[in-house]
Amino acid sequence: MTIAYETAAHPENLRRVVIDPISRVEGHGKVTLLLDADNRIQQARLHIVEFRGFEKFVQGRPYWEVPVLVQRLCGICPVSHHLAASKAMDMIVGATELTPTADKMRRLLHFGQILQSHALHFFYLASPDLLFGFDADIAQRNIVAVAAANPQLARQGVLLRKYGQEVIRVTSGKRVHGSCAVPGGVNKHLTPEERDYLLADIERTVAWSQEAVALIRGMYSERSEFLNGFGFFRSAYVSLVRGDGALDLYHGGLRARNTRGEVIFDHVDYASYWDHIFEVTKPWSYMKFPYLRALGPEDGWYRVGPLARINNCDFIPTPLADAERIAFRGFDNGSATHANLAYHWTRMIEMLHAAEGIRELLADPDLLKNDLVVTGTRALRGVGVIEAPRGTLIHHYRINEDEQIVRANLIVSTTHNNEAMNEAVRQVALQYLDGNEVTEPLLNHIEVVIRAYDPCLSCATHALGQMPLEVEIVDAAGAQVDVLRRDADGTVSRPDAQPA
Amino acid sequence: MSGHFIIDGRTIPFRAGQTIMEAAADAGVYIPHLCHRPGYTPHGSCKLCTVDVDGRPASACTAKAQEGSIVENDTPALNDDRRALTEMLFVEGNHICPACEKTGDCQLQAVAYHLKLVSYRFDHFYPARGVDASHPDILLDRNRCILCDLCVRASRDVDGKNVFEIGHRGIRSRVIVNAASGRLADTDIDVSDAAVRVCPVGAILIKRRAFAVPIGKRTYDLKSVAEVAIEEVRAQREDEGG
Repeated sequence: MTIAYETAAHPENLRRVVIDPISRVEGHGKVTLLLDADNRIQQARLHIVEFRGFEKFVQGRPYWEVPVLVQRLCGICPVSHHLAASKAMDMIVGATELTPTADKMRRLLHFGQILQSHALHFFYLASPDLLFGFDADIAQRNIVAVAAANPQLARQGVLLRKYGQEVIRVTSGKRVHGSCAVPGGVNKHLTPEERDYLLADIERTVAWSQEAVALIRGMYSERSEFLNGFGFFRSAYVSLVRGDGALDLYHGGLRARNTRGEVIFDHVDYASYWDHIFEVTKPWSYMKFPYLRALGPEDGWYRVGPLARINNCDFIPTPLADAERIAFRGFDNGSATHANLAYHWTRMIEMLHAAEGIRELLADPDLLKNDLVVTGTRALRGVGVIEAPRGTLIHHYRINEDEQIVRANLIVSTTHNNEAMNEAVRQVALQYLDGNEVTEPLLNHIEVVIRAYDPCLSCATHALGQMPLEVEIVDAAGAQVDVLRRDADGTVSRPDAQPA
Repeated sequence: MSGHFIIDGRTIPFRAGQTIMEAAADAGVYIPHLCHRPGYTPHGSCKLCTVDVDGRPASACTAKAQEGSIVENDTPALNDDRRALTEMLFVEGNHICPACEKTGDCQLQAVAYHLKLVSYRFDHFYPARGVDASHPDILLDRNRCILCDLCVRASRDVDGKNVFEIGHRGIRSRVIVNAASGRLADTDIDVSDAAVRVCPVGAILIKRRAFAVPIGKRTYDLKSVAEVAIEEVRAQREDEGG
């Protein structure tokens, strides 16, 4: 279904501000701000200008190929797609319960993925904003500057990510785009040598993850009002939770809470996600807009990802991370629980949980056993849902009698967060846009709030992009009022405004 | 008649009736190939094994070894030709190694790595070739077929079934199935057939076995394409009792 995208009474009076593309996110997106005649923000739109094709070109392929095929959606969290597709294929081969070895190998792989992706985002992409401020010199806004200013922190970030990648390599054969899960199980178990190799660095990985949570907690303690208020809004949340309400990144039932934290639905079998979540398209983006059916297309948007998961779960089943969850939830009377920038805080709590989870699994003898695959009664439909680093990831397939894919639907984390990111941009623009002029600080602030969601734009549309950046204001007559350009080398210039 | 010939400066023996390919493999010399397989009638179609015999090009899999001849095999010029031929096979089909279950076990991929094929000079054809998934246990993916004819020979000469043939002409050539419907489901092919197991690429596959072997344990993770080829010859010798 499609809904109108101009909601103003007199759209002819709107002016348009474009930020294209956004830097230090995965992929290529641009932002348009629509201003009314009084320079008030009418709408904010995060456009996804890349095209996704995977749902189409998996059609006709045999189902067993899909978990490896679809992980090529992304080079950052391919493991998430690999596992979500594998879980869908588990349903198709009738594997209702995996062997303990298969379940734990997949969980180990997934924890490795969470660890490396969260470390990548926090240390490489987000830490320059948090350490140097949103308007720091362009030369400072990268991991190299972080390394110069705080070599210990940068080293820990690099090695934390490397550790997560090594967990992935050991479990799936390659750091990126390996193979581990197959329909109904896995293709390998750990050897004692591989386990011991991963054990060697696990204690420091847990310790450094604790330090990373403490770092962001400390930042909040110092600047809670600013960090909480940055583009603030409330939303509903969706995530998987375990049967007992615990945080579970690999498997569980769907839980949704409304803006007041009340449960909308709980422990929903994700195979029937369609009964609760629906999608609309809008003509200005290749990314769909999912919503909760219970709340309708206008009000049913929600957030997923670290903030949603930490807000949604009743507890975290590893002690250090759960202590941090309690600290987060209780911080300043819960003031951070809806904050955009609290994504960074909750992301680090999850990184700590992943490190603890890896430590727990490595002590488990099931990882060394050789009972790898189960099968059962064939089905023609499979749904796999997993909590990817950026949030809930849904893979849904139908096959024909010849075992070929006939239909696929993928709802990725960034798509769930689509409307929330628009709202975040709108709120930040309301706070920081001043008059007709597009300023570099405005541009920086909008990027900071989008980046908090760690959007994977290539993932959401399944293509790759590139990154200079231009903001323009176009008036209702189509003439360019103002333009600000940042080249790939960071040079900011103001070309002469040209008639559009 | 038996005797000796020189290949890449090395004198090696041959037995009566041996091809250059067979004699070279017996001596541990690898000549890149795709349509050849020990024990099968030579086909001479992929042209990858082209060598210079006394200054004239010949397919090593079909040309008989000759006493005293001088054979050039591993030269930059010949390997460049082989690289071009391999590239053509890639661009003429739809070989998506990242998503193919044969990756790591694929002879085309292994030969490409052996020849240091790192980029394409030709445009991809992206042909629409289709998949026959009708058989309950066997998948025929024509996108990955390199028309080596091995399945045709295996089905005819080993299995005695004549399930496959190469149909059509030129760039439209396709492996076709010997059934009125044209579907694999309507033949008597079986997973134990040589025709199912001989495919050097991912065109004929046993269903539901994909990615069962972890990375690091696949054929070409463990051995080079040259080592595998030499071992195949030795295994064939043992089968023949010689």
